[in-house]
Amino acid sequence: MALLGRVARSTEVYLVGVLLVLSVVLFLLNPKFATLENIFDVLRNNSFLGIVALGELVVLISGGIDVSFTAIATVAQYVMGVLITRYAVESVFLAFLIPIPIGIALGAFNAFLVNRTRVHPVIITISNLNVFYGLLMVISKGKWIYGFPAPFRDFARLKVLTLVSEKGVDYGLSIFTVVWFLIAVVTWLILQYLPIGRKIYALGGNSEAARRAGFDIFRIQLFVYCYIGFLSGLAGFVHAELNQMIQPNAIVGRELDVLAAAILGGASVFGGAGSPLGVVLGVLFIAFVKNGLILMKASAYWHQVIMGFIIVLAATLSAYQQNLERKRRKGV
Amino acid sequence: MPEKLPVIRLAHITKRYGGVVALRDVEFSVLPGEVHGLVGENGSGKSTLVKIATGVVQPEEGEIFIEGQKISRLTPYLAFKRGIHVVHQDLSLFPNLSVAENIFAHEYIERNRSFVVWQDMERRALEVLGRLGVELDPREIVGRLSFADQQLVAICRAIASSAKLIILDEPTSSLTFREVQRLFGFIRELKAQGIAFVFISHRLDEVLEISDVVTVLRDGVNIGTFPKGELTKARLSFLMTGREITTESLVADLPEAREILRVERLTRRGEYADVSFTLHQGEILGLIGPRGSGRTEVALTIFGLRPPDSGKIFLEGKEVVFRSNRDAIRHGIGYVPENRLLQGLVLDQPVADNITVTILGELVSRFGFLHPSRKIAVAERAIRDFGIKAPAADAPVRSLSGGNQQKVVLSRWILTAPKILILDTPTHGVDVAAKESIYEMALGLARERGIGILFISDEEHEVLKVCHRILVMREGRIVREYRPSEVTEEALRREIVG
Repeated sequence: MALLGRVARSTEVYLVGVLLVLSVVLFLLNPKFATLENIFDVLRNNSFLGIVALGELVVLISGGIDVSFTAIATVAQYVMGVLITRYAVESVFLAFLIPIPIGIALGAFNAFLVNRTRVHPVIITISNLNVFYGLLMVISKGKWIYGFPAPFRDFARLKVLTLVSEKGVDYGLSIFTVVWFLIAVVTWLILQYLPIGRKIYALGGNSEAARRAGFDIFRIQLFVYCYIGFLSGLAGFVHAELNQMIQPNAIVGRELDVLAAAILGGASVFGGAGSPLGVVLGVLFIAFVKNGLILMKASAYWHQVIMGFIIVLAATLSAYQQNLERKRRKGV
Repeated sequence: MPEKLPVIRLAHITKRYGGVVALRDVEFSVLPGEVHGLVGENGSGKSTLVKIATGVVQPEEGEIFIEGQKISRLTPYLAFKRGIHVVHQDLSLFPNLSVAENIFAHEYIERNRSFVVWQDMERRALEVLGRLGVELDPREIVGRLSFADQQLVAICRAIASSAKLIILDEPTSSLTFREVQRLFGFIRELKAQGIAFVFISHRLDEVLEISDVVTVLRDGVNIGTFPKGELTKARLSFLMTGREITTESLVADLPEAREILRVERLTRRGEYADVSFTLHQGEILGLIGPRGSGRTEVALTIFGLRPPDSGKIFLEGKEVVFRSNRDAIRHGIGYVPENRLLQGLVLDQPVADNITVTILGELVSRFGFLHPSRKIAVAERAIRDFGIKAPAADAPVRSLSGGNQQKVVLSRWILTAPKILILDTPTHGVDVAAKESIYEMALGLARERGIGILFISDEEHEVLKVCHRILVMREGRIVREYRPSEVTEEALRREIVG
C-alpha cells in the first residue's frame, strides 16, 4: 500500500473530498438522495460500469487503451442469452460460465493485433468494436432476447443484506455490487502484489526500459487485454441480469463513461498511473452525478452535456497536475 | 598472486554493417576495479563496441572472453547474468515506480510466481544504496528525483544484479559540475569494491580525471589504449580526430560596435532576477552557468516565449514588448533550442523542408502554392554554404550525424537573416570535429554578417574560445562578466560553481 504511488493516493483523497461535497449538495437538492435505499440502488445499477472500468484501468496502466469492451460485453451476453433461452439452462452458474471465455478470446484477439501490427491500440480496438458489434448485428438482426429461465430471474434479486423500507418494500446490497467490489480488491491485489501487475505499471511507465529489462511485452499485453475481455464477459452477464433482457444496442456507446471514470480515478492515457480504489471512486462520482440528474428530473440530453463536461474537466485537471509535477521536478 | 583476469576481453573484433566497417580488428579489455575511458568521435565505433560487449550484436570475426572464459555466443541475457551492465544515456528507468522497485525490477522475470514483498524489497534497496553511501528514500518515486539521482538509481540497479562491469554511456552530459564530482566519488567508491567501469564521454577533461586508462577509437580502429599519465587533453583530441585542435581564443577584439540588444533588470519569478546586459553587432556574447541557473529561461524571454515579470528589452535602442515568439522572429531574433532533436527538427522530413521551414512565406508563388523547385534550390545553397554533410536535399534529417543536424537547425535561422541569434548549448552532445565546425559557423556569422550572437554554454573552454565577452550566471542572476583574456578555464569554472 505504501508504494501505491503518492500521486495516485493524492488523487484518491481528493476524489473522496469531491464525492462528499457532491453528496451534500445532492442531499440538499433532494433529501431522497441520501437514503440507503437510493445508495444501494445506485451501487447496484452501476456495477456493470464499475466492473468494466476496472478492466479499462488495467489496460490504461499498461499504456494501452481498449474501446471495444462494450462490443465484447454485448457479444458475450448475447451468446449467453441465445444459449440459455434456447436450451432452457436452469443453472445460473452454467449461464455465468458462457460469456467469460468469449470475453477472454476476444480480448486475446485484440492483444494479438496490437502486438503484431504495432498500430495504436485506439485504432485497433475501435476497428474491433465495429467488427464484433457489426457481426453480431448481422447475425442477430438486432433481435432482443427476454424471457429467461426462472433461476436467472431470481438471481438478480439476490441480496447480501436485506432491509425493509417504510413502505414495506425490500431493498439491500445487491450481489452484483458485491461482485464489483470483489473484483476491485482482486484487481488491486494483482496490480500491487503480483509480478505481472508490477510489470504492467513498468510497461506503462517506460516501454523501452521494459523491453531492455527483458520483460515479455506480448505476455503483458495478452494479460491486460484478456483481463478486460474477462471483465467485459462478466459485466455482460451482470448487465443481462440487471435488465432481464438483452438488447444488442444497449451497451455499445457507453465507452466514454468508462474512460471518464478511469481517468477521473487517476488513470492516465499515457500509461503507468492509476489505482482500483481511484477508479471505484471515479465510477461513484459519475454514478452520483447521474443519479442527481435523475432525481432532479433533468432531461437525458443534459446527462450527455454534463458527462462530456466532466470528461473535459477530468482530463484538464490531470494534465494540469502533470504539468505541476514536471515543474516541481525541474525545481528551478 | 596470479594476474587478475579481465572482466571482459574482446579480441580481434571485426563488425560490418552492410559494406561499412564499424570495427576493424579491435582489441579491448577491462580489468576488475579499473575505470576505462572510451573516446572517439561520433561514428568511430564506440556504440558498436558497447553493443558487442553486451551481446546486442554479434561480431563477424573475433572472440569474446568473460573472466577468462571464452563465450561462443554472447546474448544480452548472458551478458547481464555475467555481470556486464550498461547505464544508457536515457537511463531506462521506470519514472512511475519507486527507487526500490527500479533497483529490483529485473527480479520480476525470474520470480514470476511469488508475491511482491514490499518491505523486503525496500530493505534490500537500502542495503544497495548504503553500499554507495547514497541517501535516497527507497519509496520515493523515481520520476521525482533529479537526473543525477536517477542516474545513481540506475547504477544501484546494476550493482543489485551483481554487476562486475558497468558501462556508462555519456553519463555526465546532463549533470552540473557538482553532480559530476559526486558521481566520480561514487565511481571511485565502487572501484575500490572491485567493480570495473567503462566511461564513455565527449568531455575529455572528465575522461582524463576519472579514468585509469583510455582507449581511443577512430574510424572503427583502436588507435591505442593509454595509461592516463601519458595523455593530455590536446593529445587525446589529436588521437581522436587525427588533427591538432587549438584551445586558443578564435575571436579578434571587437571594434566599437553598435548596440543591437539591451536588456535591463529582467526578472521572472522563480526563474531569474535582475538580469541586465547588452549585445553588439557582430559580437558573440557567452552566457555560461549550470543547468537550472536560468540561462535558458532568459533566452526564451528574449525570444518572446516567457514574458518577464518586470524589466525591459531594447532592440537597437527601441523598447520592445514581445507577445509571442512570432513577434521576436519578426524583429529579427532567431533561437536554436537546446535539444535540437526534441524541439527543432522533424526528423523524418527531408533536409530541404527542415531548412526552409522558417522562410516558407518567401517560397510561395503568387497563388499561394509552394514552389518545390525554389525550395530545393534554397536548401541546396544552404547545404553548400554551411558545409552540411547530407546525401541529398531530400534525404530525411534522421540520416544525418548529430553535428550536421545541428547545422541544419542553424542554417534555417540564418536564412531568416536575423540580427540576433541565440544559440542554446549548440555543441551539446556532438563530437570534437563537429564542435569545431559549429564554432566556425558562429564566428563566420558574427564576422561577416554582423549578427549578434548570444552563445549559451556549459563548457568553459568553449566560451573562452569563441566569445568576445562572457557572462556567468548562477541561481538566476548574472554574477560576473569577463573578457576571455582576463580569466583562465579553472577560474571560470570556480566562478560558475560559486
